[in-house]
Amino acid sequence: MPNVTMTVNGKKMSGNVEPRTLLVEFLRETLGLTGTHVGCDTSQCGCCVVHVNGDGIKSCTILAVQCEGADVKTIEGVANGDELHPMQAAFREHHGLQCGYCTPGMVMSALDLVKHNKNPSEQQIREWLEGNLCRCTGYHNIVKAIKAGAEAMAKARP
Amino acid sequence: MYNFEYHKAKNVADASALITQKPEAKLVAGGMTLLPTLKQRLAKPSDLVDLNGLSELRGIKREGNAVAIGAMTRHVEVAESAEVKKAIPALAHLASHIGDPAVRNRGTLGGSISNNDPAADYPAAVVALNATVITNKRKIAADEFFQGMFETALQPGEIVTAVSFPIPEKAAYMKFPNPASRYAIVGVFVAKHKDGVRVAVTGAGPCVFRQKEMEAALAKNFSADAIKSIAQKQDGLNGDIHASPEYRAHLVGVMARRAVTAAG
Repeated sequence: MPNVTMTVNGKKMSGNVEPRTLLVEFLRETLGLTGTHVGCDTSQCGCCVVHVNGDGIKSCTILAVQCEGADVKTIEGVANGDELHPMQAAFREHHGLQCGYCTPGMVMSALDLVKHNKNPSEQQIREWLEGNLCRCTGYHNIVKAIKAGAEAMAKARP
Repeated sequence: MYNFEYHKAKNVADASALITQKPEAKLVAGGMTLLPTLKQRLAKPSDLVDLNGLSELRGIKREGNAVAIGAMTRHVEVAESAEVKKAIPALAHLASHIGDPAVRNRGTLGGSISNNDPAADYPAAVVALNATVITNKRKIAADEFFQGMFETALQPGEIVTAVSFPIPEKAAYMKFPNPASRYAIVGVFVAKHKDGVRVAVTGAGPCVFRQKEMEAALAKNFSADAIKSIAQKQDGLNGDIHASPEYRAHLVGVMARRAVTAAG
């Protein structure tokens, strides 16, 4: 079995995988990072979004071996110790979740959005969430949370 | 997913040699179609040859009156490219509406056209802009490249390396997306060139096609009114749970008129 090494949330991690092992399987089953969820397994729901070399991607649609040497960030790497990231804090403040299953993917996608667009409008947020399905909330509070989170991130920047 | 052997291609020649030696091998670019296909066990390649990491296949360059885009250039890069936005804004617009943001961060131009999904967006741009598909072996004209449902002119061992898009006088792409997948139920790319107009339709039939009746009318008078009375024939169009052939035929007219208006 090939050995794969990547930086996950700032730490070098490695493990033996089959060529067909998906990144999300490596994260959850080999590394025990179960914050990244698998909702559909058909590349549609966005629950498994993580950042690979800074880009939001679906970790169920990339092989672990393709991430050799990559810099991977999962939801576990977003907070600063016990202090929530402003985007996470905004999700809590605005109740941007109900069951919480889609939330890790929502937060990772929201952070990818802010990378592309520091001050997104409501419409831009809704369009960005085309790849993230939530079956509870109707999206309203998620959109509010992302808007507030982006504003908080802008303020936090020097 | 069935298991396979994985190879990271060192360069295009290496990738070509690998897929030539192993007839059941497949290339993987962005993997946005291939990986879901493998997960559903709809394909069983013996080997995957990964083109990610071949930086020579990435990038966007203005070359005279054309924009050349490397095969491994991601949709997001085309969507956000200042060069593409300036030279062919319709192409940047098209790329910005493929799938969703996570798909656009991985999916590639070369992967999209080599797969030739009947509902993919890029084939419409390649045909309407009269682009040239460049491979490791030759140059292929857009009209020859797309041959049928999931079928292209690519031969065994042949790999798309870039696509050269001539810059039109004006152009626009309008699609009626499937609300879940964002694939085109119908998408129409209209481009006015110095020597004529090309209208390419994706999503409606088994393969991208040119609407030549509209092209002739628009060459004389580039306005939505000029194609108002042209009805797309239903024969041979796709029918599925999303739309009947009749509905798709209707949408071809609507999207074409919107595209002409958007092109200005």
